[in-house]
Amino acid sequence: MQFSEQWLRQYVNPALDSEGLGHALTMAGLEVEAMEPVAAGFSKVVVAEIVSVEKHPDADRLQICKVNVGTGELLQIVCGAPNARAGLKAPCALVGAELPGFKIKQAKVRGVESFGMMCSAKELGLAEESNGLLELAAEAEIGQDIRALFELDDKLFTLKLTPNRTDCLSIVGIARDVTALTGATLSLPTISPVAAGIDAKQTVTVSEPAACPRYTGRVIQGVNAAAATPDWMVRRLERSGVRSISAIVDITNYVLLEQGQPLHAFDADKLQGGIEIRYARAGETLVLLNEQTIELQPDMLVIADNAGALALAGIMGGDSSAVSNDTSNIFLESAFFAPGVIVGKARRLNFSTDSSYRFERGVDFANTLPALERATSLVLEICGGEPGPVIEILGSLPARPPVRLRIARLTSVLGISLTAEDVIDVLKKLDFSYQRNDDEFEVTPPSYRFDIEIEEDLIEEVARLYGYDNIPATPPQAELRMLPSAEANLNRNWLRDSLAASGYQEIVSYSFVDESWERELLGNAAPIALKNPIASNLSVMRTGLWGGLLETLMYNLNRKQERVRLFEIGATYFSHADGYSEVTRISGLAYGDAAPEQWAQPAREVDFFDVKAEVERLAGGDALYVAAQHPALHPGQTAQVVLNGKAIGWIGKLHPKWQQQYQLPRSAILFELEVEPLLKRKVAQYTQVPKFPPVRRDMAVVVDENITIQALMDTMRSAKNPLINDIALFDVYRGKGIAEGKKSLAFLVLIQDTQKTLTDIEADAVMASLLDLLVQQHGATLRN
Amino acid sequence: MQNLDHIISEARCDFSACGNIADLEQAKARYLGKSGSLTEALKGLGKLSAEERPAAGAAINVVKQQVEAALKEKRDAILLAEQERQLASESLDVTLPARQAGEGGLHPVSLTLRRIEELFRSIGFEVAEGPEIESDFYNFTALNIPEDHPARAMHDTFYVDEQHVLRTHTSPVQVHYMQDKEPPLKIIAPGRVYRVDSDATHSPMFHQVEGLWVDENISFANLKGVVQDFLQRFFERDDLQVRFRPSFFPFTEPSAEMDMSWGDGWLEIGGCGMVHPEVFGHVGIDSEKYRGFAFGLGVERLTMLRYGVNDLRLFFENDLRFLKQFA
Repeated sequence: MQFSEQWLRQYVNPALDSEGLGHALTMAGLEVEAMEPVAAGFSKVVVAEIVSVEKHPDADRLQICKVNVGTGELLQIVCGAPNARAGLKAPCALVGAELPGFKIKQAKVRGVESFGMMCSAKELGLAEESNGLLELAAEAEIGQDIRALFELDDKLFTLKLTPNRTDCLSIVGIARDVTALTGATLSLPTISPVAAGIDAKQTVTVSEPAACPRYTGRVIQGVNAAAATPDWMVRRLERSGVRSISAIVDITNYVLLEQGQPLHAFDADKLQGGIEIRYARAGETLVLLNEQTIELQPDMLVIADNAGALALAGIMGGDSSAVSNDTSNIFLESAFFAPGVIVGKARRLNFSTDSSYRFERGVDFANTLPALERATSLVLEICGGEPGPVIEILGSLPARPPVRLRIARLTSVLGISLTAEDVIDVLKKLDFSYQRNDDEFEVTPPSYRFDIEIEEDLIEEVARLYGYDNIPATPPQAELRMLPSAEANLNRNWLRDSLAASGYQEIVSYSFVDESWERELLGNAAPIALKNPIASNLSVMRTGLWGGLLETLMYNLNRKQERVRLFEIGATYFSHADGYSEVTRISGLAYGDAAPEQWAQPAREVDFFDVKAEVERLAGGDALYVAAQHPALHPGQTAQVVLNGKAIGWIGKLHPKWQQQYQLPRSAILFELEVEPLLKRKVAQYTQVPKFPPVRRDMAVVVDENITIQALMDTMRSAKNPLINDIALFDVYRGKGIAEGKKSLAFLVLIQDTQKTLTDIEADAVMASLLDLLVQQHGATLRN
Repeated sequence: MQNLDHIISEARCDFSACGNIADLEQAKARYLGKSGSLTEALKGLGKLSAEERPAAGAAINVVKQQVEAALKEKRDAILLAEQERQLASESLDVTLPARQAGEGGLHPVSLTLRRIEELFRSIGFEVAEGPEIESDFYNFTALNIPEDHPARAMHDTFYVDEQHVLRTHTSPVQVHYMQDKEPPLKIIAPGRVYRVDSDATHSPMFHQVEGLWVDENISFANLKGVVQDFLQRFFERDDLQVRFRPSFFPFTEPSAEMDMSWGDGWLEIGGCGMVHPEVFGHVGIDSEKYRGFAFGLGVERLTMLRYGVNDLRLFFENDLRFLKQFA
């Protein structure tokens, strides 16, 4: 809601400067979003008349003007404007005037003395562009200050109104609140009924009284619709962001801004028969004032005549019955439409009007008739004509049931102590009527307040008027209890810290991604698609995080990064027959050298096992890595990560085809794990430290290339020999001495008896049993 | 005895010729080993008479002690020389850079969220979570925003289907939590939220933290107290001013916008209010018995102010040159 400060101050003028007024409004919940002067600062610019004009002797484009500025003495002013001519009234900046950006001095222009400057609108900061002098009306008073003439010492206030404060969608409404806030006197325009001069009436039938509880209107005949809208009205409209169109339309808009009551004027001669307020019929169409043709729907309320729908009630008039400059008889409508009937309809048609905006939030149903009278007066004043009698069709208006307010409740909700007298003071300021019963009030809100339905609404009003600033900031008092803390549950921050400590940088990428990431990298042909994505490359919900990591990688490679480590923790999204689910995952990417370039170690490309180390740290030692296939990954370097029997994620090298497609100079290693399984840890349980030293035995076996380490380990562990403390692989060898297609694997085995020192014979037996298993199950041979 | 004296000088000479411990051990064997000359001499005592034996034995022992002393002297000298050699050869330029593994770090939004969680945990708030694809009921209806309510238009909602949206705020977590638990309740709910809006000051995805405290005696003054305390601790500024001004949210009443002083003016930092009785009604909490406050804070806004970041878009571009500044 934008308006002129001066307009408001005409109705209520508190002893506050513009800043103070703005602050008071903001602190009362009418947030001043912007406050700016209507014009740049300038001084000593007055209405002047050019009395005579002669050519400058030494410059083709300049003229020497004799100018009357009302001082009794003509000024000589050199002027280059093409429209400078005798008889023209235009602004003149006198010597000493300050204009936006410069100062006027007495000067010689090409040898001719000049005592001031004739001004264009641009030079006064009133327009972006202008062509020649600003031409003023012939009746402008010579010598009058231009700022006074145009009422430029004014500010534009823009309020960011919340949906509940529909009562402040008018100057009168804002003035009312300013009075409540500041105590300044309210002096609103007087509205008196205009007596009918003629009998002409428009027949009106309200077929939907619930949708239109009050309908008023009157005919005015013989208007001059082509009359000029007065400057003061044009100015107020413009300063409210409304363009002047024609006198009748301007008057309805003006009353809407002033009173908050949307009005509509029909060309009475274009109405066929009586009009009816009814819901639209199936198949009906209407051409709106904005020339849009709409298909009406049965839940849309219309004003119709015998020929069909004329206007979308409370939203926008129709083209066929619109007022034009040729109109001589009008039917002026002022109605109250129920908010529930108007709400959502304009949005469905993809627009919003000042009228629909107000009706859907609630318009003061007690002001329907006064607004009609106000508009009538203005029409008669500006366009002339003869008014017919007012017609009014009244249904049942919204009830304003009294709302209870208990002092005890008020005090406990706000946390301050207030007395009944404090409450009475607020209710009086707000003009709310009430009945007091000891420490309870029955409050009846006025017709213009649609937001006072429950006790909390009143508590908020009391707080608002009392001033939120005056409520202290008090720490709560509560019983102290410790929060539960499960040692077996880790926090996600632990995952973050672990990766950050290993050199990975956390990123945050969008949850919606390009559909191709899902289809190509994750083999997901049917991701969850947004109905209204913000961009085509952010149109589907991700089921994995690699797209964002790869995009971030490419973004940074384009900025000369060479070694990149990234991770992200975020939700992934899935749809099912019965709804949606989300799984939070942690995902990482490693690209470039294993370590930053340095003197201390030779450069080497990061590989699967570097990244596996990170995954092991996150997943713990119990995780298994099972060779598997994934659309994003290299078929020979991909593992599914399995924890406690459940597949929780993937690790692998980016498939060379994606490396080529994304034009990556080097490959990347990727991993992704579900977060929840990673956050479970065993709480330690002490077992006795063995007193006897372990024996280490080494064993190298040769097996077929295709046999996995995991298989050999599983076999050896399956023996469940209590003497075996640990088995670890310490060497893998291929080449000289080992046949093609075979590999040599060296294991160390720690053997320990918790009860006594182990003998060589016992240790040898353990090793022999392990070897035997490997030979039996994997065709292994002992390497000599 | 002549012979014994000779052994001493011979040994001294022999030892001093040794350059390392191994040579010295060999030389030692020639005198003190199994068939060393002194060992032999001791063996020869047996051939002497009982009268001669003590004197001869004593003489040999004197010699032996002297040989051992010479040996020790030489051994010490060799070890010292070896140490010195080692020290000389192993001297480093300690200003050489350490072996590098690369530096990682957290996203600044994570840093802020962690700080927020820590501060609220310190007065007993638990962290709660909820889904990001949210039903219309939880995102709107249960928060007293019925269909066609003008407040819905303020939300610029992403729709997944007719009944589901990407949550436009973290407030639905309140509803889930209050449905599941009995008061008193004290939670914060951090997370991603979504609005159809993208320009220099709006991102279609951003982070909020929702706070909720429900108990029998919670007041608006307490809301002011907690939020002010948080902002002063978060920015580590006791003089930070916090301003509350009336506003409107369908799910709180009274409602307020929170501003904090910054430079010469005020910056909007989030919205808050007392939980609306209608919301309590949806989750079956008796609003006559309980009251609660709720607030929502913009995490990116807090992060920008905390670290002086001047462009919201930086958080989602993931330029490493930006992110590394927070490592």
